[in-house]
Amino acid sequence: MTGLSTTTAASRPAAPPKSPAPRLRAPRRHTPGRPKRSVLLTVLTVVVLLYSLVPLLWLLISATKTQQGLAGSFGLWFDGDFALWDNITQTFTYQDGVFGRWLLNTLLYVVVGAGGATFLAVLGGYALAKFPFPGKRAVFAVVIGAVAVPTTALAVPTFLMFSKIGLTDTPWAVIIPSLISPFGLYLMWVFAVEAIPTELMEAARIDGAGEVRTFFQVALPLLAPGTVTVLLFTTVATWNNYFLPLIMLKDPDWYPLTVGLDAWNKQAYAAGGEVVFNLVITGSLITIVPLIAAFLLLQKYWQSGLAAGSVKE
Amino acid sequence: MTTLQPSAATGPRPAGPPARRARRSWTGWGFIGPFVLVFALVFLAPLGYSIYLSLFRTQLIGGTTFVGLDNYQQALQDSQFWGGVGRVGLFLLIQVPIMLGLALLIALALDSGRLYGKDFFRISVFLPYAVPAVVASLMWGFIYGTRFGLVGDINDAFGVKLPDPLSSDLILASIGNIVTWEFVGYNMLIFYAALRVVPHSLYEAAEIDGAGQWRVISAIKLPAIRGALVIATIFSIIGSFQLFNEPAILQKLAPNAITTDYTPNYYTYSLSFSGQQHNYSATVAIVMGVITMIVAYVVQLRGMRKGA
Repeated sequence: MTGLSTTTAASRPAAPPKSPAPRLRAPRRHTPGRPKRSVLLTVLTVVVLLYSLVPLLWLLISATKTQQGLAGSFGLWFDGDFALWDNITQTFTYQDGVFGRWLLNTLLYVVVGAGGATFLAVLGGYALAKFPFPGKRAVFAVVIGAVAVPTTALAVPTFLMFSKIGLTDTPWAVIIPSLISPFGLYLMWVFAVEAIPTELMEAARIDGAGEVRTFFQVALPLLAPGTVTVLLFTTVATWNNYFLPLIMLKDPDWYPLTVGLDAWNKQAYAAGGEVVFNLVITGSLITIVPLIAAFLLLQKYWQSGLAAGSVKE
Repeated sequence: MTTLQPSAATGPRPAGPPARRARRSWTGWGFIGPFVLVFALVFLAPLGYSIYLSLFRTQLIGGTTFVGLDNYQQALQDSQFWGGVGRVGLFLLIQVPIMLGLALLIALALDSGRLYGKDFFRISVFLPYAVPAVVASLMWGFIYGTRFGLVGDINDAFGVKLPDPLSSDLILASIGNIVTWEFVGYNMLIFYAALRVVPHSLYEAAEIDGAGQWRVISAIKLPAIRGALVIATIFSIIGSFQLFNEPAILQKLAPNAITTDYTPNYYTYSLSFSGQQHNYSATVAIVMGVITMIVAYVVQLRGMRKGA
């Protein structure tokens, strides 16, 4: 994976890496020679837009239907009775309200797992970007190499290890493996190289600030857009995690939403199981709303963070 | 994500007197230490443990014995395993080019500045990325259904009989569609972010030289984002070889089309959790990991060499 560090600067002069800050707020193009808008191109992209949004629309509409309505009405239009609120109530009360518990579990895994992963990535990225230290190249090589190892290949041995020390079937079994995000580390590293002028760190040290204080008061604020980006992506990874909790947890009380929804769905195929497709669909909708809201509300931050990850000239 | 400064990795910075640098040299470990520690626990330890496991075999009679490379020999001749590898290989060859091609087209269209409603479009296409694979699979699984899914609706409405997306002939394509839907926007964003930082002056120069849009794309834009293309390809390869969530969730809907050895990962999972064959399961996982790394490495070498 040295591809990450190989340049494609065919068209650019290899700029000396000493020019830190100004590149970050991506140099917006000037607009005078703006090309004419094309209706044809817009129409073509609308096809892709429909492809992306229609399934979500289907989900939204289906969440307003009863179990009978699902089977008896056209998928992309509403059924006679509007059962959304009823479905939501049922989702949260079915099986003694276990869905609410799954929601809280997911929040716990996200706050501790994704939050912790982001914190470790910010610390590590800062170290890689701003400090020469022995073994740095080795650390980088091993971590980047690890990206290519299928995480599922590690899942079985991790499960066996965790079950030996009694961690399976506890929240820790889900949280601890979530704490590592090689991609997050990489992004923070690239980001920190440019976001923190070394001169500023020197100045803080001359003023007598210790390393910890320099990090929290000088570096951390400058790293905010990158941090939000990493936090969002680790949140998605943790919120959406299915394989890891599936193998680690037996007790439904510790399930996250993904595993719980899958269990409800499977119920329909088990002998004597109750068919609750309307709850699976409504539960799915409730599961995706917070993430979609987060992405929409935090657009400015994560898009600039992601862009900065690729701003390298 | 195109370039990284080599100096950041190689270390010594020109600034600062040497004595001072030496004094600080372990400070970096204070910051990277926590990451490395947890990394060792959740990556390196399981990796070592799975290699260890793969050298043993547990039997009802005789208990656990050291068998050397026997498990590997078994895996290399295991038709169930290779069947799964063949499926994800086919998936990789068809789905990944379609998905990345589509993502690249959208990114280029956005970057061309010729679209109406660019921002709305960009965020909308990206949204499916926020949908968990479980929800995406359940949702598409319902949509595929001939009973109350959209496919069934279309059949009823037009009096046609569309081929069943959950039949064994089409299931791989149906899974491919779900994965494409989930990740096309994500890849688009990676490409778009890379395209945005190409200096605009290059386009102007090309225009003055009389280069058309396609020429600008092939001669300037694509070479400029080659790094992003290679990285997206590698991530997609890894993702394809790890395929598990979508088939595992669709399995109940299409029990005849999706067997428990449908993909190598699914096979690993079944071996371990239904079959209790932890040793052999670890072996299969390692072989698959090695195959993944080889393919990713070859793609990276080729991708980076081309005209660079």
